[in-house]
Amino acid sequence: MMATLVSLAIIFAQLSLLAFGGGNTILPEMQRQVVEVQHWLSAREFTDLFALAQAAPGPNMMVVTIIGWHVAGWPGVLVASLAKFGPSSIVTGLVLGLWQRFKDRPWRRVVQAGLVPITVGLVAASALLITKASVHEWSLGLITATVALVTWRTRVHPLWVLAGGALVGLSGVGQA
Amino acid sequence: MSVDISGEAVVAAVPGPTVGALFRGFLGLGLMGFGGVLPMTRHMIVEDKRWLSAAEFTDLLGLCQFLPGGNVINLSVAVGLKFRGIPGAVAALIGLIAAPSAILIGLGTLYARFADNPPVMHMLAGLAAAAAGLLISTALKMAAPLRARPVAIVFAAACFLAIAVLRLPLLPTMLVLAPLSILATWKAGE
Repeated sequence: MMATLVSLAIIFAQLSLLAFGGGNTILPEMQRQVVEVQHWLSAREFTDLFALAQAAPGPNMMVVTIIGWHVAGWPGVLVASLAKFGPSSIVTGLVLGLWQRFKDRPWRRVVQAGLVPITVGLVAASALLITKASVHEWSLGLITATVALVTWRTRVHPLWVLAGGALVGLSGVGQA
Repeated sequence: MSVDISGEAVVAAVPGPTVGALFRGFLGLGLMGFGGVLPMTRHMIVEDKRWLSAAEFTDLLGLCQFLPGGNVINLSVAVGLKFRGIPGAVAALIGLIAAPSAILIGLGTLYARFADNPPVMHMLAGLAAAAAGLLISTALKMAAPLRARPVAIVFAAACFLAIAVLRLPLLPTMLVLAPLSILATWKAGE
């Protein structure tokens, strides 16, 4: 148990400091660590928990909380949350003061522009991995494609499409 | 607003939110924010509570996007720190994640109990497929502004390949690609 908690702390503290561009960028690494390295969850369970976290309110990093809970119960929730939200929050606090001072420096803009493609690549990688893990029947592929198209082209609230996907899934159409 | 001795209305500089107000504000936000909290965050902080001006909000958000961690998570820490120091930051952060954590653990309990039940499995499969679709459109929307930046497209593609196809670990990948991308962006003047 202790060893599990230590591993949780190390993994999520590292992910916390690597999460440039928000939570979705570290999904592939989180999946690699949690599923492939530690074998705490199957790829299917990881995707299910991610979907639950998307359907619940709150910022999109909440998947961390539920993984902690799944792996080690309440202590897991505490350790995973502290490790995930602590280090990046401390960095934010430390940098807040410096930020005002360097606000108008040109290098800041270059660094920001240079990090954007990395963020985009990471989010695209998350999209591919989550799609591969969740689409194992044609009907599910249809849900994914429809949701992608609709939310790409319109400003529909994400909760509606999640509810729609869950309903179509519940009907069992096209699923074994 | 208070009235001073001369009878004139004095518009006092609005005192920043208290630690309790920060906690309650972000608690409400955590409960509201389905599928992305950012638009509602701006509404709460700028229009509803008026803790920050629109310009201050944009500046602070710029910092939070630049740093590791979720944007809104970082923003809660920054706003809390700005008004009430470390207690404010802790209150805002815990406020933001408390309700979603409780709800998710409830959902997780149901998941553990009913994951083998066929209708629940079908529903979860549909939900997961929809969540994947949301991620795809997020990636498409984020990629759109790169169209006019060939160097950026190359680095986005390299990063995608390394992580999604080759399954390389994130830390070394970022340590190599991020500085190269910044350097190339600078040289190309993008």
